[in-house]
Amino acid sequence: MLKSSDDSEKKNLARKVKDSEISVPIVYGNIAFWLGKKASEYQSHKWTVYVRGAANEDLGVVIKRASFQLHSSFNNPTRIVESPPFELSESGWGEFEIVITLHFHSDVTDKPLHLYHHLKLYPGDESGSLSTKKPVVVESYDEIVFPEPSEGFLSRVKDHPAVNVPRLPAGVTLPPVPMEDVDKRKRGDTNDHPLSQWFANFSEADELLKLAGARQQVQAHIARLRRQLSLMDGQPPQLKSASDL
Amino acid sequence: MDAKDILGLPKNALPIQEKKSKPPKETQRKPDGISREVYALTGGLAPLMPSVDVNQLKRKAQSENEKITWQWLPFTNSARKDNLQLYHWVRVVNGVPSTGDYSFAKYNKSVDVIKYTDEEYEKYLVDPAWTKEETDRLFDLCERFDLRFVVIADRFPSSKTVEELKNRFYSVSRAILIARAPSPGDVIVHPLVKEPYNVSQEIERKRALSMVLSHTKQQERRDVEVLAEAKRISEARKAAKAAEEPELPVMADTGHDVTDRAAVAAAAADSISPTPSTQFPSATTANPVSETASVVASLRMLQVYLRSYALEQMVQAASSSAGLRTIKRVEQTLQDLGVNLKPKVPTRAVCAEHLELRKEILTLLSLQKQLQYKEAEGSSYRDGSYAETPGTPPPKRLQRAADLDRTFTPDSLSFGGERVGKRDQKRKGPGRSEAPSSPAQSKRPRKYKASE
Repeated sequence: MLKSSDDSEKKNLARKVKDSEISVPIVYGNIAFWLGKKASEYQSHKWTVYVRGAANEDLGVVIKRASFQLHSSFNNPTRIVESPPFELSESGWGEFEIVITLHFHSDVTDKPLHLYHHLKLYPGDESGSLSTKKPVVVESYDEIVFPEPSEGFLSRVKDHPAVNVPRLPAGVTLPPVPMEDVDKRKRGDTNDHPLSQWFANFSEADELLKLAGARQQVQAHIARLRRQLSLMDGQPPQLKSASDL
Repeated sequence: MDAKDILGLPKNALPIQEKKSKPPKETQRKPDGISREVYALTGGLAPLMPSVDVNQLKRKAQSENEKITWQWLPFTNSARKDNLQLYHWVRVVNGVPSTGDYSFAKYNKSVDVIKYTDEEYEKYLVDPAWTKEETDRLFDLCERFDLRFVVIADRFPSSKTVEELKNRFYSVSRAILIARAPSPGDVIVHPLVKEPYNVSQEIERKRALSMVLSHTKQQERRDVEVLAEAKRISEARKAAKAAEEPELPVMADTGHDVTDRAAVAAAAADSISPTPSTQFPSATTANPVSETASVVASLRMLQVYLRSYALEQMVQAASSSAGLRTIKRVEQTLQDLGVNLKPKVPTRAVCAEHLELRKEILTLLSLQKQLQYKEAEGSSYRDGSYAETPGTPPPKRLQRAADLDRTFTPDSLSFGGERVGKRDQKRKGPGRSEAPSSPAQSKRPRKYKASE
């Protein structure tokens, strides 16, 4: 009897919850230090490529492992990181595209997700001012979206800081999930990461403000044009000289 | 043979091996009845098979037992009402001319035009637009000319259009039919009663036909393009719908199924996305709302995706009906507004706002275009083209359009503020005439970089 209830529980957990999109804000990119005096021809920079929570939360709640596909000139170009923080450090001289593949826990989804990041080592704009103290940092913000999460997934992460969980649609109750032993798990967040001083802060407020302002302007122009058009419709077609405009 | 003579070659030097019969002898002997050259056309040989059945040829002589003469005889035509007597050659066999009516009389068919009495007219057929005399005249002409309305319209005393005449005729006939029928059921199968003449539809149909006839080649091409695109879009939407359907009942997916369906949905989403075709002021069949719905469906199939990718798909779907030029203009406008083409912080709210902003810019651009067209139309009226992009507009109008551009865009898109005005003046600078008269130049005022 225990077995059958186990099975039905599994089915319940696998059931998808509609209209409850889960999103995980992430930041991925690289930090590169010029090695200065210690730089050799083939090892001029030391760089780290990573994926972190946008507010440095622990992504291990969602991501099982991350693989970083490096340039073929590297030994073992496919590097797999099994636990957070999901990052990889290397030394080299060249810039190339790194494919970061995120594999999620089994209750999340079987499908992997790919991120593409162009490794940047050289500052570009400010030419010549290579410094060993100030690294080159390139970060991109994005959000991983799970449109139809399973009940199990939803209940497991609903209180986790790394995950944005919307208000549940009415009438949906989630099964209880066994509490994880927090102490046993190693810390996967990047709050105290050695490189955290270079992490950027991504705030949507600026962009929202800008967008709202832009929309207002466009809407005003639209209203004006609509008025002009309706005025013109009232008039019969007649010859207008350019000076009238 | 003559050629060989000319060349001085000996005749028949090479023996012909195929034929058993002796060709050299036969070619030298000229057959009777045909000239030598004609005979030579067959290759200088008698044909192996007779090309014409010899039996067919002398069939005429078979009826030699009969004596055939031809006589010039009078005849009457039953189709004529006036007893006119004409003459023609008649084949007389053994002194007996063939009997029977004039062979063409059977082709004299006419239409049964209804005849109404005055009483019936007063009861059923009175119409404000038609007097009794006109109606009578119409029916008389109809009978005389067998319902050939074009001819009738020509001969009708007052000027009524063919459609009006038809309308009157058919409605009168219909009314009489219904009035005379003992019960409505009897007459309901009559085509006039089942499908009455629809005058407005007819006028519209003929107008449309004449429009199609007078289409220029360019318009024809454009129509074909629109239809092809519409077909493509509806097929893509059908594919997306088909991909959506199986998603709902199946919960416990295997990996295979999901990836297959995702591919189908993604392909559908891809084909919905930008088709760089020319712009059509008249709307295409795809509307933006259903486009985004199918994008949402295809995204759901993916199970996991990046929000930036989702926004890209939505943007593509929203601009699917826009041409490449319009898309570029949207991006230019975004830049002028100081908005990133791809949001730096793509949260749910930011993406939603961004999408809405793009849609609003599309609306703005289409309104601007509408305004331009209205102005252009006002200056010279073009027959037959209904709000299509002018193919080769006269230079005068183009000048005006160019002026419109100048005054419009700095005015309506003055996001850059003062800088814009200055820039315009710079461009009007030395060496440039006041009014450009080429389409390429008219585009320039629109493109200006707010930051450099």
